[in-house]
Amino acid sequence: MSRNTEESLARSEARLAWLLVLPTLAILLSIALFPLLWTVWESLHLHDLRMPWRGRPFIGLANYAEALTDTRFWQAMGHTAAFTLVSVTVELGLGLALALVLHHRYRGRGLVRAAVLVPWAMPTVVAALVWRLMFESPVGIVNAVLTDLGVMREPLVWFTHPLAAWVPVILADVWKTTPFVAILLLAGLQTIDPTLYEAARIDGAGPWQQFCHITLPLLRPAFLVALIFRTLDAWRVFDLIYVLTGGGPGTATEPIALYAFGVMFSHLRFGFGAALSVLIFLVSFALALLYIRALGREGRGVA
Amino acid sequence: MTNPGQRWVLVSAGVLLVTWVLFPVYWALIASFTPEAHLFAAPSLLPPACILDHYRALFSERAFWVPIRNSLIVAGTTTLLCVPLGTLCAYAIARLHFRGQGALLGVILATTMFPQISLVSPLYLLLRALRLINTYPGVILPYLTFAMPLTVWLLVGFLRQLPRELEEAAMVDGASRLRTVWEIVLPLALPGIATTAILTFVYCWNEFLFALTFTLGPERHTVPVALALFRGQYQVPWGQILAGAMVATAPLFLIVLFLQRRIVQGLTAGAVEK
Repeated sequence: MSRNTEESLARSEARLAWLLVLPTLAILLSIALFPLLWTVWESLHLHDLRMPWRGRPFIGLANYAEALTDTRFWQAMGHTAAFTLVSVTVELGLGLALALVLHHRYRGRGLVRAAVLVPWAMPTVVAALVWRLMFESPVGIVNAVLTDLGVMREPLVWFTHPLAAWVPVILADVWKTTPFVAILLLAGLQTIDPTLYEAARIDGAGPWQQFCHITLPLLRPAFLVALIFRTLDAWRVFDLIYVLTGGGPGTATEPIALYAFGVMFSHLRFGFGAALSVLIFLVSFALALLYIRALGREGRGVA
Repeated sequence: MTNPGQRWVLVSAGVLLVTWVLFPVYWALIASFTPEAHLFAAPSLLPPACILDHYRALFSERAFWVPIRNSLIVAGTTTLLCVPLGTLCAYAIARLHFRGQGALLGVILATTMFPQISLVSPLYLLLRALRLINTYPGVILPYLTFAMPLTVWLLVGFLRQLPRELEEAAMVDGASRLRTVWEIVLPLALPGIATTAILTFVYCWNEFLFALTFTLGPERHTVPVALALFRGQYQVPWGQILAGAMVATAPLFLIVLFLQRRIVQGLTAGAVEK
């Protein structure tokens, strides 16, 4: 083939590719990227649907200044960060254990795997309702079991206690999302060459040494992927807490997404709400960049 | 490979896991059949009396088929829009060569990481301007923001696993690119496309924030919104809420039971195979 025809073939391939990509790209630009830019624009303006006569004047960074001096904003940021840290740590730890159990062959493994997928498939709203039922106070099953076992003398009213209200929230999140982590890690485990373990055994390495020197290092990429997905997901937590505690008692379990939602749709302060949304987005973006860079370094290191 | 002691540990860990995973579901299922008066009296593993009243009330008093219909329409339409367009886009990314390929996949992946709350206010204003608040398109359009990137991401993963040889052979035989896609790639990719469709449907069926924001009344609420906003006159109607929760989850149980292998493949195709 001459160079000319080769070039024209490559060009026609590229033309076809853009044609195939175009519909998806157009949709994403118009309903995801454009609204995101609109949020940024909105955040620089005063826009209060309760006071339409004030119009939509440009007010610079005033909305951001308000957010950064707003105690409820910092409180909600703190809640979300703590929730993310605690739940993701537990989920990755438990998920690893779960993946190891699912990795071995034994009778009934298919059943265990199907069962594990149940919480994953369930709507978050339903999971929240189920956990709300179990922690219902003072008469739910958790209180009944804990008082019967003598762990507590009195039934605890979980949802009116600012710290205890976090227990059902974290447990429900761990219950719902650990399976997803386990599935990702299991796929990672399955890519590890079994002959490595054989060689290690011949060299006299025990199970614990094999785990530390083969499983953990080779699982790192899968671990990072699970970490990215879970952190970004936990950071935008909304449904679970909306149904489980409503952010209460008071605002004791209010995450940042719920606060921004209230600002926009209860107080109708779209400008301020947009500033909060941009701040939430920036944190997600920073986290994603951080992880992707770590993953990139990982890729080069392994390959 | 595994000795008896090890197997014993594994099996008991498995039993423990299944209990931890299934107990809350079992508990809710029992509660949905328990008369309201017994619901919180002396918890026992078997219901003291078994009734269907909550399910009956759910459909007669609450008209729960309305949110079910809404969810089916919204999730179904979103899936039908996303899968064909997503397949075209994914094929281009997985198989063709063009400048900006990597960046494009990066942008698509990045949109899946957008916090939904960052899009809610402009989408609300946009849909209001288009008079689409509280309509089906008013929910479907926002759903495309997460469903499109999801389908593309999953399908790129699936398509990259297909062998190239058949396609190349067809093209050497003089078939055009599009005919090759239609006659060779599509039939091979069908299982992956079906799995993608199912996962997309499940994500849409479960979505809450957009449906909550862009619908106003029970006539347009989807299943999760209807469940979250269930209120009784004097007290929480737990029996009916849980009956509704079980109805909302039953189709997902069936999907998991019959398609677990496929689902696992789908969830991991994009993420690990790199």
